[in-house]
Amino acid sequence: MGVVFSASPGLFAVGDRVVVRADAAEHHHRTPWFVKGKPGVVRAVSGPFFDPESRAHGGSGEPKRLLYPVEFSQSQIWGDRYAGNSDDRLLIDLYEQWLEQGQTPE
Amino acid sequence: MSANHHDETEHPGAQPDADLSRRATRALAIRDLLIRKGIVQADEIDEQVHRVRSRAPADGAKVVARTWMDPEFKERLLADARSAVAELGYTLTHDAELAVVENTDDVHHLVVCTLCSCYPTSLLGPPPDWYKSFAYRRRAVVEPRAVMREFGLELDESVQIRVVDSAADLRYLVLPRRPAATEDMTESELAALVTRDSMIGVTEALSPARA
Repeated sequence: MGVVFSASPGLFAVGDRVVVRADAAEHHHRTPWFVKGKPGVVRAVSGPFFDPESRAHGGSGEPKRLLYPVEFSQSQIWGDRYAGNSDDRLLIDLYEQWLEQGQTPE
Repeated sequence: MSANHHDETEHPGAQPDADLSRRATRALAIRDLLIRKGIVQADEIDEQVHRVRSRAPADGAKVVARTWMDPEFKERLLADARSAVAELGYTLTHDAELAVVENTDDVHHLVVCTLCSCYPTSLLGPPPDWYKSFAYRRRAVVEPRAVMREFGLELDESVQIRVVDSAADLRYLVLPRRPAATEDMTESELAALVTRDSMIGVTEALSPARA
């Protein structure tokens, strides 16, 4: 996918290893529980888009946020519950504020 | 999934009426409030509904068939979907952007929106009911192979499954593989093989014998 369409430079680039913040936010947000705390790889950069976490609560959506399709290993997310190929992947769109720099694997 | 799908399409009477009317009543009440408070005009709502309903899976099918005929168009579509579909006369009216993922012999994509019902409506029209169901949203992400099997798609173990969870402002269109024995077909004949479900990734495109 690469850069899905023109985007301003953000904190992360395609190929970067990231970890999803494990925060239990009370407000509307679009980070599913099953990827919180999980390591992934940035597969594309898109946006910026109006911030849905602001707009859902009557805000302006500013500042706009970059959105990253991030790739995760299915077996790393679900463990033994995942009955599939160990190469299977999950791609989820995550806003920049939910991502932290990840570790490079040994 | 298919059992659920079955119920919705063939046995509408099995749906609890009270639930349906509650939802419809709520939607109408919200519509009235938005109009009365001057947040939107009635004709703006009608226009948007018309716009979404004016698109159908046949529109997406034309885009897919063009990629099968024209590899350079495919590259442009994968790189910048908005501009590429504009070449075919499609303007993406929704705020959300369109991204295209390609199925190959080795990789199969399946799209779900676990949070709600994100879907490329500006190209394909409204999503099917099953796409919005809890069952599909809950299961596609954790047992995609079982879900696809219920849609009649059995993929080889060696194929990598990539589930795309469309959680926000990107809407995904799957480019299904071109079926075998279609070398002599015209672009419009090819488009007839491209189903809505194959562009979500729960099935493949039809083979000519089945179309």
